Amino acid sequence: MSVAVSRDQEFLQGIARIAVDAAAPNADEVDREARFPVESITALREAQALSAFVPSELGGGGVSFEAIAAACFELGRSCGASAMVFAMHQIQVATIVRHLEPDSWFEHYLRDIASEQRLIASVTSEVGTGGDMSRSIAAVEPVGEGRWQFEKQAPTVSYGAHADDLLTTLRRSPKAEPGDQVCVLTKRGQHELQQTGTWDPLGMRGTCSPGNVVRAELPLEQVLSTGFATVMNESMVPISHILWSHLWLGIATDAFDRARAFVRAAAKRKPGEPLPMAIRLSQLMSELSLLRAEVSSGLAAFVAASAGDRSELSQMSTILRFNNLKIAASEQAPRVCTGALGVCGIVGFKNDTPFSVGRHLRDTMSACLMVANERIHETNASLLLIAKEV
Amino acid sequence: MSDREHVNGEIRTVIANHARLPVDVATLSDGADLFEAGMTSHASVNLMLALEDHFDVEFPDTMLTRGVFQSIGAIEDALLELQGRAAA
Ligand SMILES: Cc1cc2nc3c(=O)[nH]c(=O)nc-3n(C[C@H](O)[C@H](O)[C@H](O)COP(=O)(O)OP(=O)(O)OC[C@H]3O[C@@H](n4cnc5c(N)ncnc54)[C@H](O)[C@@H]3O)c2cc1C
Repeated sequence: MSVAVSRDQEFLQGIARIAVDAAAPNADEVDREARFPVESITALREAQALSAFVPSELGGGGVSFEAIAAACFELGRSCGASAMVFAMHQIQVATIVRHLEPDSWFEHYLRDIASEQRLIASVTSEVGTGGDMSRSIAAVEPVGEGRWQFEKQAPTVSYGAHADDLLTTLRRSPKAEPGDQVCVLTKRGQHELQQTGTWDPLGMRGTCSPGNVVRAELPLEQVLSTGFATVMNESMVPISHILWSHLWLGIATDAFDRARAFVRAAAKRKPGEPLPMAIRLSQLMSELSLLRAEVSSGLAAFVAASAGDRSELSQMSTILRFNNLKIAASEQAPRVCTGALGVCGIVGFKNDTPFSVGRHLRDTMSACLMVANERIHETNASLLLIAKEV
Repeated sequence: MSDREHVNGEIRTVIANHARLPVDVATLSDGADLFEAGMTSHASVNLMLALEDHFDVEFPDTMLTRGVFQSIGAIEDALLELQGRAAA
C-alpha cells in the first residue's frame, strides 16, 4: 500500500471515530441550543485534522483532496454543523495551499496551522452584494509603512467568535472596481469582530453565524498574491461546492438510514405483513442515488481538472459544471430528507426518537440559500449562451 | 492598414458597444485589464457573443476563459489565432 493511501486511510479512520464519539452524541444539543460543536472541533484539533490538507513538508497531514471530501461526508452523517465548520475551514486551507508562493508569508502561516491547529472562518458575503462572491464593496486601504486596513459589513460569519483567523475578500483599493478583488488573511489580534445580530435560524444552528462588522489592520504580505478571479475559479468556488455537497449528502444519507431502520423495525414487528412504507423507502433510495452520483462525479471531474495546469477550471463550461453541482445537490438533499420524513411519519417528525429527521431536513434547507441558487442560475443562464460543450 | 490594426479597431468598436465599461475605450491601452476597468462577468459574456457575431467565429471552450477576454491585446491574439486556423 502506498504511503499516500495509508495516510488517507488513517486520517479517515480518525474522522470516523470523531463522527461517532464526538459529533453524533452532541448533534441534537448543538442544534437545540444553537451552540458551537465544541466537542467535534476539539477532537478534530487533537487528531491534527485541521491541517490534514497542509502538505507534509509544511508539517501537515498531506492527505488527498478526496479524503477531505470523504471526511465532510462522514461528519455530515453525524452532525451537519460540525461537518459545515470542518468543510468551511478546509475550503480556506485548500485555497491557500493551491495558490501558495514559495517562501511567502502564507507558507509560514500553513506551518502555524499545523503546529497550532488554527481554525479559519470566511468573510466573503457582504451586506449589499449578498452571496455574490465576485463583487466587493469594502476595500483594503493603505495606512502607511506597508500596512493596510479594512472594515467590512458581513451578514453571516460562521463560527466567527470561535475562529482563530479570518479569510476576507475585499476590493484591491478604495478606487478599485467591485470585481477587482483580493483575498486577505488576518490572525486573531489583527482583527476585531463586532456582532451585529443574533443567530436563531431554522437549521445549521451549530455553525453560529450571526452578522458582524469586521475591522482589521494587517501587513501587505498577508494579501494573497494570486488574483482573486483565478483563486475563485480554480479553487474557492468549486471546492466550496464539492465539500458542501459532500456534507449535504452525508446528512441526507443519515436521514435515509434512519428511514431504513424504521422500516426494518416495522418489518420485524410484523413479519410477513405488507409494508407500504417499504416501497416508499425503495423510491427514496433512487433519489439518494441521484444525489450520490452527482456528488461523486463532481469530485472526480474536479480532481481530473486539477491534475494538470488547472486551465480547464477557468473555462466557462467547467464553471457551469460546478455551479450545477451546487444547485443540484442543494435541491436534492432536502428532497431526500423530506422523503425520509414521509417514510417515518410521526416518529420522524418528533424530535426525540431514533428516527427523527427534523434536524436533517432543516439543516439541508440551508443549502439553497448558502449562496442563493437564483444567483447561481443567473450566472449559469449567461454562461449557457456562450459555452459550447456542457 | 495591417490585419492586426484593422482587427484591433473593430474589437474596440465591439467593446464600446457591448462591454458596458464605465470608461471610454479609447483611453485603454491594448494591455489594459478590462475587468479592472469595470467590465462585469455578465458584460463579458455579452462581449464574447458580440465578437462571435461580428467576426463570424465560434470561440471553442478552451478559449472561453477570463484570461482570453482580459485585454484588447488578448482578444486580438485569440481572434487572429481562430482566423489563422480557419485559413489553414
Ligand atoms: C448556514 C450558513 C452559513 C453561512 N456562513 C457564511 C460565512 O461564514 N461566511 C460568508 O461569507 N457567508 C456565509 N453564508 C452565506 C451568506 O449568508 C449568504 O449567502 C449571503 O448573506 C446571501 O444573503 P441573502 O440570502 O440575502 O442572498 P442574496 O444573494 O443577497 O439574495 C437575496 C434574495 O434575492 C434572491 N436573488 C439574488 N440574486 C438573484 C437573481 N439574480 N435572480 C433572482 N433572485 C435573486 C435570492 O434568491 C434571495 O432570495 C452562510 C449561509 C448559510 C445559510
